[in-house]
Amino acid sequence: MTRPQTRAVARAQPVNRVMVLWCPDWPISAALLAYGLPRDAAIALVDRGEVFACSAAARREGVRRGLRLREAQARCTTLLVFPYDSGLDSRSFEPVLAAIEETMPGTQLIRPGTCVLMARGPARYYGGEEEAALWLLDRLDSINVHGSRIGIADGPFTAERAARQQKRQRIQIVPEGESAAFLAPLPIGLLDQPPLVTLVRRLGIRTLGDFVALPAGSVRDRFGEDGARLHALAGGLDSRPVIPRVPPEQLDSSVDFWPPLDRIDQVTFGFRASADRFIEGLVAAKLVCTALRIEVESEAGEISERGWLHPRSFSAADVVDRVRWQLQGGSGLSGSGLGSAITRVRVIPESIDSIGNHEDGLWGSGPDERVHHGLSRVQSMLGHGAVLTAVMGGGRTIADRQNLIAWGDTPVSTKPEAQPWPGRLPPPAPTTVFPIASQVSVTASSGEQVDLNDRGMLSGVPDRFSATNSLRDSRPVRAWAGPWPVDERWWDADTHRAASRFQLVDADGTAWLLLLEDHRWWAEARYD
Amino acid sequence: MSWAIDIIERMFEYGEMSSSAAALVSPWPGSPVSANDTVRELQAKIRQMQATKLDSRSIATHPAIAELLPGGSLKQGSSYSVESSTTLLMALLAGPSAAGSWCGVVGVPEFGVEAAAGFGIDLGRLVLVPHPGEHWLAVTSAIADVLTIVVARPSKRVSEGSIARLAARIRQRGATMIVLGSWPQSEAMLSVSGSSWEGIGNGHGYLSARQVTVTVSTRSGGRPRSTRLWLPDTEQQFRPVNAYSGATFSAPAAIDESFHEAAG
Repeated sequence: MTRPQTRAVARAQPVNRVMVLWCPDWPISAALLAYGLPRDAAIALVDRGEVFACSAAARREGVRRGLRLREAQARCTTLLVFPYDSGLDSRSFEPVLAAIEETMPGTQLIRPGTCVLMARGPARYYGGEEEAALWLLDRLDSINVHGSRIGIADGPFTAERAARQQKRQRIQIVPEGESAAFLAPLPIGLLDQPPLVTLVRRLGIRTLGDFVALPAGSVRDRFGEDGARLHALAGGLDSRPVIPRVPPEQLDSSVDFWPPLDRIDQVTFGFRASADRFIEGLVAAKLVCTALRIEVESEAGEISERGWLHPRSFSAADVVDRVRWQLQGGSGLSGSGLGSAITRVRVIPESIDSIGNHEDGLWGSGPDERVHHGLSRVQSMLGHGAVLTAVMGGGRTIADRQNLIAWGDTPVSTKPEAQPWPGRLPPPAPTTVFPIASQVSVTASSGEQVDLNDRGMLSGVPDRFSATNSLRDSRPVRAWAGPWPVDERWWDADTHRAASRFQLVDADGTAWLLLLEDHRWWAEARYD
Repeated sequence: MSWAIDIIERMFEYGEMSSSAAALVSPWPGSPVSANDTVRELQAKIRQMQATKLDSRSIATHPAIAELLPGGSLKQGSSYSVESSTTLLMALLAGPSAAGSWCGVVGVPEFGVEAAAGFGIDLGRLVLVPHPGEHWLAVTSAIADVLTIVVARPSKRVSEGSIARLAARIRQRGATMIVLGSWPQSEAMLSVSGSSWEGIGNGHGYLSARQVTVTVSTRSGGRPRSTRLWLPDTEQQFRPVNAYSGATFSAPAAIDESFHEAAG
């Protein structure tokens, strides 16, 4: 009795014809493109130890979503495994959206791999809904996105269901007003509201049609506004409008060099005008850039790419500096980091912010800004990594505990310092830590070098110590302590480290932190 | 004669009458010396006057070291040199850093950051430029422009002219420079000697505390002042070694040392 009523309501509302484009397995397509793999490769994307998505080839071998990684690898031994990166999905879908917008206006992104368009305009322009969809598929095939499907119906929900139907045709059209009939046999689980779906299933309702058959008023009484919305959705009354996205403004800036340049100063000079343009563009959009990405292309087709952060916001001179540091950073031909001359430099803003949040105060923004300007000047003299700040981390060795980061970079996550680190040195810490350990000698009174045997026993009592490893400089040992064995990561052959530490005070009263590794003595640090 | 009046004015202003007056009188009565010596004497005098003529504001200094320094604290616009002890350097930095000053360390790649943090230097306001290379002078001046304290180790022999320029820059900007090694323009030279470690024996214990004698000699050529300090003590603090405050602490330490000597 209720169904005719809902239909009557459907006719009363303005019909909203939409077209949903669905690219099946988009994470996989994106990963195949990004890693440059053939289309029939068996790959799986793994998120937190479980398969998040897998390619058709892998699926044929029995790999499924939600499978544990080990089991997936057992089922398909040639499986290539990559970590799932949602950023990659969005990034690689961006060119697809741009291509669609070239053909038809008004695209709304639902999620990477799925987008919705207004169907009315294209249908009128191309002479029918099916023709419009064919044009769209053509366009996508031309940019190497294969296997995409299109559903056209009243409202995005029905259209997406139509696109996802397991049928041979790539275009599914649900005629106007037929949405409820089309949705009726579909399972109730398609409604994205697990608590409601579980409850309704227990009440014996299995399909969307059964759910729609419930009186709308009762559904609203029992499940509230949310339930009423889902009830309308299941009845094909999808009133959600398509909100076309505003194509993002082109904020990036690039410059091509012809003939290619092979000197850093030429490149930075040539880039200066574009840097100005880049910052002017941002300012015109009332934005500032706090993180950007610089791509440098060389004649041989190599691309050097790096992200740069700024603690405040980039000015044109800062951008030019970052380009120079990136070129200086590599050790390739002519110090450019690339093997051949440079043809193109491109700057892409990665994170932008409203200019209002970054405006200087009337009397400047305090002393820290001055400090930052001064240190940036030193950075532009010496390079980005030459000015450092320190953060304490956890670990047993001195090198593990002191982490130096370049000025302006965010600290990389280190091991927490507060955890107990059994085996670390008790305070005070050594004040002079040699960047490169120097070889020293410690001899017993017999004149032989002191060594450790396999049981960790010393071969003799340290008697004389030479900081330069030559007997001429040797002086008496006043006090010593050790050995304290450090045996780290024995399970990993590459990072395994086994050594014994000693503290030793020489005749001058200078104390040393020594390391006995592979029967050789090294001075790691000095307490002076 | 204006400079002489100036000296006398200074004398009353700073209450340094006895020493200045003595210094003023001494070269002249018996002057068997040549003109060169006189010129040198006068130059020394001018330098001394220049140093005191500064509108020198003091910056927070660790009390254990402050009393050794000329004027009773570190001064803005001055240079100090520290010989062969990074701990002493950190003791100089600890006071200003805890009081909120920024410190920069130029050309000292082996600066132990963990020790610095342990001695109370705020790592958030510590900037390191380990390898300034040939730009040493430019980097040091640029850092001195913006940070309160600059620690520097001259990378190689620097010319007299650039030293003078750097000193002028520092004086103008009101920064304080601490040079590792000797430095002709330094207000005071600090060095350590007679270091003795506590807590470590022959094959047992570990380094826990140290006593040193810190000696400060000033540019004006007064008698070097020295004192015995814990650098650091077992709590990683710096404090003078004296009878009343360290009674409970120093007594066992003395026994310990004699024990070590007996054992050694």
